Amino acid sequence: MAEAKRELIERLQKDILQWEGYKPPPAGTQDLVGLGPVEVAFPNGIFPLGTVHEMVCSNTEQATACGGFVSGLLSVLMQNGGACLWIGLSGNLFPLALKPFGVEPDRVIFITLSKDKEVLWVMEEALKCARLAAVIGELREMDFKQSRRLQLAVEQSHVTGFVLRNESAKMGSTACSARWQIKPLPGEPIDGLPGLGFPRWQVELLRVRNGQPGNWVVEWSDGKFRPIEKQVLEQQKLLVG
Amino acid sequence: MQKRFMAIWFRHLTTDWLTLRRPELKGAPFVFAAPERNRIIITAANPVAEAQGVYRGMAAADAKAVTTNLLVLDHIPGKEAKLLRQLGLWCIRYTPVVAVDLPDGLILDISGCAHLWGSEREYLKEIVNKLRASGYDSRAAIADTVGAAWAVARFGKTTPIIEIGVHAQALLNLPPVALRLEPMVLEKLQKLGFSTIKSFIQIPRTVLRRRFGEPFLLRLAQALGLEDETIKSLIPPVPYTERLHCLEPVRTAKAIEIVIQKLLEGLCTRLQAEGKGVRRATLKCYRIDGKMVQAGISTNRGSHSVSHLFRLFELQVSKVEPALGIELFLLEAPKVEDVNAVQEKLWAGNPGLQDTALAELLDRIATKVGPERIRRYLPAEHYWPERSIKPAVSLSETPTTKWHTDRPRPLRMLRRPERVEVMALLPDYPPKVFTYKGKRHVVEKADGPERIEREWWRDKGEHRDYYAVEDSDGGRYWLFRSGHYDDTPEWYLHGFFA
Repeated sequence: MAEAKRELIERLQKDILQWEGYKPPPAGTQDLVGLGPVEVAFPNGIFPLGTVHEMVCSNTEQATACGGFVSGLLSVLMQNGGACLWIGLSGNLFPLALKPFGVEPDRVIFITLSKDKEVLWVMEEALKCARLAAVIGELREMDFKQSRRLQLAVEQSHVTGFVLRNESAKMGSTACSARWQIKPLPGEPIDGLPGLGFPRWQVELLRVRNGQPGNWVVEWSDGKFRPIEKQVLEQQKLLVG
Repeated sequence: MQKRFMAIWFRHLTTDWLTLRRPELKGAPFVFAAPERNRIIITAANPVAEAQGVYRGMAAADAKAVTTNLLVLDHIPGKEAKLLRQLGLWCIRYTPVVAVDLPDGLILDISGCAHLWGSEREYLKEIVNKLRASGYDSRAAIADTVGAAWAVARFGKTTPIIEIGVHAQALLNLPPVALRLEPMVLEKLQKLGFSTIKSFIQIPRTVLRRRFGEPFLLRLAQALGLEDETIKSLIPPVPYTERLHCLEPVRTAKAIEIVIQKLLEGLCTRLQAEGKGVRRATLKCYRIDGKMVQAGISTNRGSHSVSHLFRLFELQVSKVEPALGIELFLLEAPKVEDVNAVQEKLWAGNPGLQDTALAELLDRIATKVGPERIRRYLPAEHYWPERSIKPAVSLSETPTTKWHTDRPRPLRMLRRPERVEVMALLPDYPPKVFTYKGKRHVVEKADGPERIEREWWRDKGEHRDYYAVEDSDGGRYWLFRSGHYDDTPEWYLHGFFA
């Protein structure tokens, strides 16, 4: 009985997703960006491309971790030779450091601006250009209306957008498909040797449209994401302790 | 249209200029002289000196013997060109095409200009009177060809205006020197007894060529109008221009947009036919209050697409202030380049930097926020972190070297390293604790040091010892110590790792 109910609910959920515009996944799209368990949190278990993702960064360390995480995603998006636009306010991104994340730095066009308004204008204009692989915008504040404009732009062009924004006290809802927060975590030493390990982050999905928010630990090693399982983490904690 | 040229001859160009500069010299004989083959030769003499028998090409010593109170001044090289340029720029009010004719003249292309002053006679009188009033002794002539105008201005005795089609007759009575010939040829002509042009004009060309060479025939043909002669305008005309007069002054943004659309259609049709594309274009709007406002656009690669260029101008329309109204629009494309005609593709190829859509997007962004905000970087062969990247010049530029990733580099690097307070256990050990912006970071793990030396051939200063450190919260930083470890080591934070 319970089994039958569960099946029914699952089918209903799938139907609802379909009515909302989420197509059932074609074969081979699972684990698209290599994030494993993180991708399962999204509707149909697919990392949504062609939408706008929002990333909350409360300080420079987090903004840098975010940059690393986004670069890792870019390496997949820019695989077939595409170019991307990185629009920022600070202009302190060091292109050379994108290379270890699998991004060709000379295919990234950097635009440094001074105002949020300009960033949003450029970003909207860029998101309308279907020939770009991705657009990344760093800004301070974004309200619902502005995020809606970006979302409308990508619906035509199917470009993936990432908005890196400051954390603010009153963070209202936005039209973005997901809200992330990436925090740096102490890395694990490689083979027990002293020194810095691979970059490791606490990847938090604060909000997902039609998905399950969650919390994971992800490492960037050997040119791809490596989600760390809970058991492994506890083991490592024990070792340290 | 019938071509008409005007030649202006400044008889005493440099001496007139000096008299204007130093009025006390007026009435005194003076000359400019320059050393030539161990002799001081006069290069220019003022009218007073000329009246006393001093002429150009005379040795200064001889001249001094003729005129006792002669003042000999040093010849100023390049002065004529400078003066003629200034005078030429002044003449642009009479015609847009003015060329400098060294060493002592100007050539004006006055086709279609003279009637604005009534007639050619009035026009010539106006220019010559103005020049004379400003202190430059000048003579001018108008003819169908540059050569004839030049000759009549200098050697004509009857009238300075040679009517259309009669320049050949006007030349007949002039001496051969009026043909702008080389001294060698002139000497030969004189030796043979040809004192006027009419004495040799009937001689067959083959005979003349054998005796005097090809340049002689060219000069003759140019004077007679059988051969074209181009003059080099002081202000190069913009070849790609479109203009639109408005019957009623235009004031609204919509109307300006319609004008831009019309102008672009004309320009782009022409560019497309010639296989060119606009790199830079300016819209000049002449208002009825006599002022001119302009808006400019530039593109990353040549474009002759009306819709794209229109969108670029659309962003600029708000900057055009019509005030009481605009009566004349001028669209200029000072910079164009060849464009490869792209074949329409059935399917778009790989997206990349060479994509037209991307170039057009960047054009739009550059027009809105300024091209200096857009940067793309290429690797450079330098260890010094700030120099290890260089901005790319164009979208098509490809890296000449590899991106070096063997050393850790921070994802965010501060433009200028910031001072941090540091506590290190031992010299040359990574720091144990550092304080950045008032926050204390306890270092748990560290890598380094990586020593990066300065490029001594570029700048002086201390080397840097870089450490990559991780604090207890997991933040990863790039710190360096400037110079060796001494009593007061200077530590800086230079970047953040992902």
